[in-house]
Amino acid sequence: MEFMEFKVEFDDVVFENIRRNPQDYSPIALKIRQDIIKSLYLAKSGHSGGPLGIADLMSVLYFGGFMKYDPNNWQMKQRDRFVLSAGHMAPILYSILARAGFFPTEELSTLRKLGSRLQGHPGYDENLPGIETSSGSLGQGISIAVGMAMSDKYLDKNNQAVYCITGDGELQEGIVWEAAMAAANHKVDNLCWIVDNNDCQIDGRVKDIMSIYPIKEKFQSFNFDVIEIDGHNFQEIVSAFDKFNVNKNDKIGKPTCVIAKTYMGKGVSFMNDQYGWHGIPPNLDQALQALNELV
Amino acid sequence: MQKFEILGNKPTRHGFAKGLVQLGERNDNVVVLGADVSGSVKTSDFQKAYPYKFFSIGIAEQNATTIAAGMALSGKIAVFSTYSAFAAFRNTDMLRVSVCYNNANVKIGGGHSGITVGPDGATHQSLEEVSLLRALPNMTVVVPCDYEEARKAIILVGEKYGPAYVRFGRSAIPLFTRANTPLEYGKAQVFRDGNDVALVANGLMVWKALEAAEKLYTDHGINARVINNAFVKPMDEETITKAAQECGCIVTAEEHQVTGGLSGAVAEVICKNFPVPIEYVGMRDTFGGSGEPEELLEHYNLNWQSIYASALTAIKRKKEGFIGVRKITEIPEY
Repeated sequence: MEFMEFKVEFDDVVFENIRRNPQDYSPIALKIRQDIIKSLYLAKSGHSGGPLGIADLMSVLYFGGFMKYDPNNWQMKQRDRFVLSAGHMAPILYSILARAGFFPTEELSTLRKLGSRLQGHPGYDENLPGIETSSGSLGQGISIAVGMAMSDKYLDKNNQAVYCITGDGELQEGIVWEAAMAAANHKVDNLCWIVDNNDCQIDGRVKDIMSIYPIKEKFQSFNFDVIEIDGHNFQEIVSAFDKFNVNKNDKIGKPTCVIAKTYMGKGVSFMNDQYGWHGIPPNLDQALQALNELV
Repeated sequence: MQKFEILGNKPTRHGFAKGLVQLGERNDNVVVLGADVSGSVKTSDFQKAYPYKFFSIGIAEQNATTIAAGMALSGKIAVFSTYSAFAAFRNTDMLRVSVCYNNANVKIGGGHSGITVGPDGATHQSLEEVSLLRALPNMTVVVPCDYEEARKAIILVGEKYGPAYVRFGRSAIPLFTRANTPLEYGKAQVFRDGNDVALVANGLMVWKALEAAEKLYTDHGINARVINNAFVKPMDEETITKAAQECGCIVTAEEHQVTGGLSGAVAEVICKNFPVPIEYVGMRDTFGGSGEPEELLEHYNLNWQSIYASALTAIKRKKEGFIGVRKITEIPEY
């Protein structure tokens, strides 16, 4: 029989947001990657490559004691915030939030379905706990993050952080550089801008479609404190967020930019570094193969 | 009913600026973003009053719009104002996704709007943004008729949660409403009673509609109802439908394209509820050009004479009944 039954289930494991040893992030990132594959398989559409590529970064950010948040009181005033400017990577945000306890993990099976709070791109009005803004029109999320950081720093005068991930292809949007200009001009040292540098976009390699290189020098010339890391090396990720927190607490007067070299589709052999996996979901065979690898 | 008379000539931007400072006095959460033209759109008044709540974003309207959204999502009432040519078009995607889809508490002040920005010419004469913005879910669109109403409008929408656009202009125009003239959220106001034709206007065309109404009465004994339809969104369906029922024909008048703005909003309401003959006064699918504001208003027929002539046409069509239904070949050039 060709028909094969594959019942997708999400266990209810949640992770604490605590300081960890670098090697302790691996099982978390693995769980997140499994969630991504499962929810995208069920959704039958969506973006696979990007979310897999930032699973390591996001695991450290949410489960390494860096961000202050409370899933049971998620809109508390004294929280740090995360903005996924590259909104198409929504599946990882949903998995992370579910695994942090913001909402039940079983809801991950509703991704992109009618009536779901898990929209194809994050929708603020869906009232999904942990979603700080809608995003999906590229470039706007980072500008919103700058606005949040300015509000925290100058109006509420607290020391809260705003983290934001943009893609590297996203840097082709003009508003991104308007945001960079404003972040530096207004000295939002409470902003941590993470560039997911996988060099992949829908049509091909970023360097071929419209090169945005050199990234580091661009951000340096905008007056950012730039940190380059391997986005799959937990020690480097931890160090980068530590450095940002020093920058923020010391009020260095510069925003921080973490350029994370990543691989699209990381963790699944046939997706790894393949830009063709930017905007498609795995079919049954592919999902099974991916989950076999993600152990 | 209040009798209106000209009390002076003042630009609506000055009313907006005054209202904005008053809004700041009433609410600590108001912040204002500038895009290099704060002196022109007069948000510099707010900056003087509250320097720590004013942020300059530079000539970057897209960024200013999204930063405003970020501040709004942080609990602020974020007001961004620049020329409406850039406060609605340059940043439309940002308004759609970051402001409206987020239902963020952002207020957009669209200054130097319409043809009366004058000599700057077509690039700076926004004549389409009302059509554009009223299609966006969650957005409120208000077009005040004079200085005093512009002052009230920013306070009114400032104290009501949600995205809003307030349109105002550069040139001095008749001031005729008073502090006690009503302006209610989502409500149109009857400024003159009459049952022969309803003149539905907003912005600077409201005074011209009142002028046209007086002339219609003097010349023909026609009693025109004048409705100040400041809120293009949400529309006051009740007042407009009632006007259609009681007057039997309608003329709309706006300093804006007749495609989709106030004309479209009124037509949508009456076509659905109570179809009657309707005539439109406004820009007729054309760009403006350089000239003095008064010259341009005459050149593009944004004057009381147009409203007067359209009212006579509308009344004629009403009296003809089905004969008054236009044949396709007779559709005048709009």
